[in-house]
Order: sequence, then C-alpha cells, then structure tokens
Amino acid sequence: MNHPQRAEVFNRDEDRVDWHDKTLWWVRQKRDMAAHKLPEWEALREAASQIKHNVLSNLDEYLVQFEAHAQQNGVTVHWAADATEHNQIVHRILVENQVTQMVKSKSMLTEECHLNEYLERNGIEVIDTDLGERVVQLAGEPPSHIVMPCIHKKKEEIGEIFHHHMGTEAGLSDPQILTGLARTDLRQRFLTRRVALTGVNFAIAETGEFVVCTNEGNADMGAHLADVHIACMGMEKIIPKREHLGVFTRLLARSATGQPSTTYTSHFKKPRNGQQMHLVIVDNGRTVQLGREDFRNSLKCIRCAACMNTCPVYRRSGGHSYHTAIAGPIGSILAPNLNMADYADLPFASTLCGSCSNVCPVKIDIHQQLYKWRQVLVQQGHVSASKAAGMQAMSTVLSNRRVFAVAGSAGRTLMRWFPGIVSNSLNPWYKQREMPEPPKESFREWYEKNR
Amino acid sequence: MSPRDKILQAIRQNKPALTALPAIPTSNTFADQVVERFTEILTTIGGQVVSVPDMNGVAEYIRSHYPAHRVITTFPELAEVAEVHWEDTSPHELADVEFAVLNVHFGVAENGAVWITDPLMMHRASPFICQHLGVVLSAGQIVPTMHEAYARIGSADYGFGLFIAGPSKTADIEQSLVLGAHGPKTMTVFLVD
Ligand code: SF4
Repeated sequence: MNHPQRAEVFNRDEDRVDWHDKTLWWVRQKRDMAAHKLPEWEALREAASQIKHNVLSNLDEYLVQFEAHAQQNGVTVHWAADATEHNQIVHRILVENQVTQMVKSKSMLTEECHLNEYLERNGIEVIDTDLGERVVQLAGEPPSHIVMPCIHKKKEEIGEIFHHHMGTEAGLSDPQILTGLARTDLRQRFLTRRVALTGVNFAIAETGEFVVCTNEGNADMGAHLADVHIACMGMEKIIPKREHLGVFTRLLARSATGQPSTTYTSHFKKPRNGQQMHLVIVDNGRTVQLGREDFRNSLKCIRCAACMNTCPVYRRSGGHSYHTAIAGPIGSILAPNLNMADYADLPFASTLCGSCSNVCPVKIDIHQQLYKWRQVLVQQGHVSASKAAGMQAMSTVLSNRRVFAVAGSAGRTLMRWFPGIVSNSLNPWYKQREMPEPPKESFREWYEKNR
Repeated sequence: MSPRDKILQAIRQNKPALTALPAIPTSNTFADQVVERFTEILTTIGGQVVSVPDMNGVAEYIRSHYPAHRVITTFPELAEVAEVHWEDTSPHELADVEFAVLNVHFGVAENGAVWITDPLMMHRASPFICQHLGVVLSAGQIVPTMHEAYARIGSADYGFGLFIAGPSKTADIEQSLVLGAHGPKTMTVFLVD
C-alpha cells in the first residue's frame, strides 16, 4: 500500500485523527514557546546549519580523527557499508560474548537496518526499553514517530497490550500506572542483561566521545549495568568539537518537545573498568546522498521531529502511512535515496507549504528537496502516468500568465455549476475534505475593477 | 577493500567543497540572576531546590525524609545518615537504593541541568538506579547557558560525563507527563550558599 492508501486507513477513525492532529500541533506550539524565549534562536539555527555543512565538507577527515581518538579511549570501532554489515557486526559481538538477550534504547538507525528482525531470526531476544518503543514492540508494530514512537495509540489500547503481553490487570488506562508497570518490568531486564545497545546523537571528532540524549534514562540504565555496550551511529552524526555541543544541545530538545534540555545528556568517552564498548559507524546509502547535491543537506538532520509535528500531512495521515523507519517530511527525502521505486510516493505526501523548513533547527530546505525529488522521480519513470501528466499540466498553467487566468476562471465557473466534478472520488484532494465555495471573481478580476 | 576504506573513499568522491566553521553565537539572555533562573527552571521541569546552609542541612533532610531507607552518598561527612563505602559493590547491588546524594561540578541556569563526571558518581549507574536523587551544588557554581558550560568543561578528561536536568520522565502515553520513567522519580538540588 502506498501513502494515500494507508492515510485513508488512518482516516477512517475520525476522532483519532483529530486527536493526533491536535496533539502534535500542541507539541509544535511548545517548540515555538521554547524557541521564542531565546533571542539568539535564529543565530543558533544558522550556526548549527553551518557547522553541519563544514562536517559534510570534511567528513572523511573527521571520521578518521574520531576513530583514532575513540580507539585511544579504549573503544572498539567498526565500520559497516550497509544495513546487512551493520546487523552482522552486532550479531558477531553478541555471539563472541555468548549472549542471546539484549536490551536496546532508541536508535532510528537500527530501525532503518531492521536489526531486531535480523537478530530475532538468529535466536537473539531484543527488548526495546524506551517506553513508547516497548509499547509498539509488544504490539508488533514499528514506531510511528521518531521521538514519540507510540503517539498513534490510545491509552486504553496500551493497557490492553500490557494486559495481553505482561499479564497486568485488564482495563487499565492511567498513564501513571501503566508507566509504573513498565518501569518494574523493564528494571528486571536492565539488571539481568549483559549487553546493551544504544543510539548516538552526536559523536565528537576532537575527543572520540559520543553523546546520547534521553528523558527516560533507559540508555544509561542499560549501558551502565551491562558488560558490553554497543553504540550504533550513522556516519553523519559527527560534530567537530566538544564546544559545538553547546549549539546542538540548546536546539535539540527545544525543537523536539519544547523542553530546555533532555533530562539526560550522557557523554560516553571510555568504557568503565572491565566493560567493553563498541561503536559501529554505518553508511547505508549516506555516501550516495552526500553525492546528490540537491539532497545532501538532508544529512544535517538531528532527528528532532519538529518537521513531523508541524506537517499538516503527517499530523493527519499518521507515521505508519509513510511505510519507512523515519516518517514525515525528512523521511520522505531520505527514503527515495535508498530505493526510488519503493518510496516514489513519499515526496508527494506534502503540500509543500514549507512549515517543515521553517522549524528545522539545522535549516534543511526540506520542502524544496521534496519538490526536487518529485522531478527526479518523474524523470526516472517512477511516477504513474496520470500524476506525471498532472504535474506537467500544472507547470504549463503556472508558467503561463494567460493560461493561468483562463484556467482559474474556468475552474471557478466549473465548481459553481458542477461541484460534483471536483468534489468526487476521482479527485484525491476531496477525500476527507469539503471543497470551499468558489469565489465569484479572482483577485485579478477584482483588482481590475476596483483599483 | 575494507568497508572502512570503501566508505572513506566514497566520501572523498562525493563531499562538497570545504566550508569554514562558523563562530558560535553568544547570548546574555540568562546572564543575570542565575540562581533564581536555575531554581525556576528546575522547578518547572519537575525538580526541586532545597537551600541548605551547609552539609548538616543535607544530613537533616535525609534524617527526616528517608529515616528507614537505603541511602548512599559520596560525602564522607554524611556517614552518620548514609552508606559511604559502596565503591567495591557491583552496580547491580544498588538496585534497592532509595536515595543517592552525589556531588556535582556546576549547574546551568537556562535548563536547570547539573554536570557530573564519573569520579563523582562512584558507579556510573548511581544517578540512574536510585529511586530518588539528590545532588549538592554551591550557589556560586551556576553558569548561564550551555555555551559557558562547555567552555568550563574545556578539554577535561573523563570516562563518562553527564548533564542531569530534573527527574527521569516520559510522555510516551498520550503525551501525559509521568515523572520516574526508568531513573529517579524525584530530583533534589541542595543549594549551598
Ligand atoms: S529534518 Fe530538521 S526538523 Fe526534521 S527531524 Fe531533522 S532536524 Fe528535525
């Protein structure tokens, strides 16, 4: 199923869509309030974008520096060209340590690589420890949002999932009680697992340390109680110097949830006595994206999800409609890089309103990249004939003043006399929408008369 | 070719022309009244500030709030009210700790965070595994923003360094805020003048 089909499924439950829409918009508003408290906000965004640009322009050097420093710190560094190599490396570390169970905190990279499925096929049990990820894991679903993985679930459903899989009382729905039950259950896992895997938010070339940001404390509970800590990072997570963390930590949580900081900002530099620390650096298509001039800026992403929370399409279609690990506007730029045929629908899941680009803390030109992907996908023949014809007609109309005026007037007349022609099931824009009353005259006609 | 060399070679072929690093923006948004700001923000994010004249004040707090619980600390002067010799236990044995009292290097006004590195934690797990966390911060050690925080950390060496801003929390279930996700349910900063 493609994005419009999945969005249609999500839209069958109108109350849920309204709730989803309003809740994410509230998160966006919290982001605004946090941002507006800092007069230097725009300067921070600009600096973050430029730092990331410098990183992309010197990435090989920084990676080599980072590796050397991490090794000096006692960390074992691995390199993986693609998802399969990444999964094999993690599996090998588990086998070498004769371990069949592992706890894992949030890492979108491991979602992208389908690590859990790979390990489970090889007889390894993986427990996701982020509360939202645990909920979707028990439900047998992928996360629908990179910061709030189970935002598509209602609390009653979560109570039901816990009842079914953890044997808790039936009919619970109080978030406080449900969180407490998960806390007790997962604490036992933290205390008994010998290997913990975490993601990486930032890796510092200058010092060889890596930084993990969480609110729950699950990454740390896992890592500090395990004999082996495996951290997995996309190669673009590098930043040059420790002092640059000042810029990124100020932007990340404010952009994500409106908090002034995540609860924990953990700097892992050396393994503790007797502990192994492994770091896996993953490419998986990133070097290809680096070579696509129009799309390379997408590698600046710090995964704050602000572009999803603000996106009118994401809010009303839900994360699962994007059928890729990272949903929303940024996911729609990243996915076609990995596979154009499978993800050709995603760059069209946007109104190109530009709200994503306006909130992005590293100033990625998200909506422009979506527009550019559409053109690439049409050129490469990944778009259906009718949609391609529509795009062609659209660009003829928009680029020709006379045709535009005639088409607009014809459209208004048509909608007034035959509303069924536009408001019918053949026009996907009409789904879940009422078409507005068309104005009697265009602005141009009004201006001609009244100027 | 090894994956490492393959990746590095592909980057060299595909990377854009070198651009310079920008200057880091500065701000004086939080430069004044750092103690008041720190207190206000820590309170909004679910933590609390308790002003104490000296370590006796901390001991008093422990006596009244945790009379019959397991309390650990890294402060030898709290030996009467808390365990001080736990460096040789395994971190797993800290699972039943009710309250841990640790020292920190400094605090940050803009987000209510405190900075702590592993010698001050004794075990890296200690700030996470306890049910309730207390830290001791002197009022003169609060910097305005994260820029000053990293300037102060400079090139310090540590095995593990950590900013903690309030109690552990989650809003994963319908965006309802719950304090005490996997780590401490409360966080108290003992502010010493
Ligand atoms: S593209 Fe920008 S706004 Fe979207 S998740 Fe990445 S950093 Fe955040």
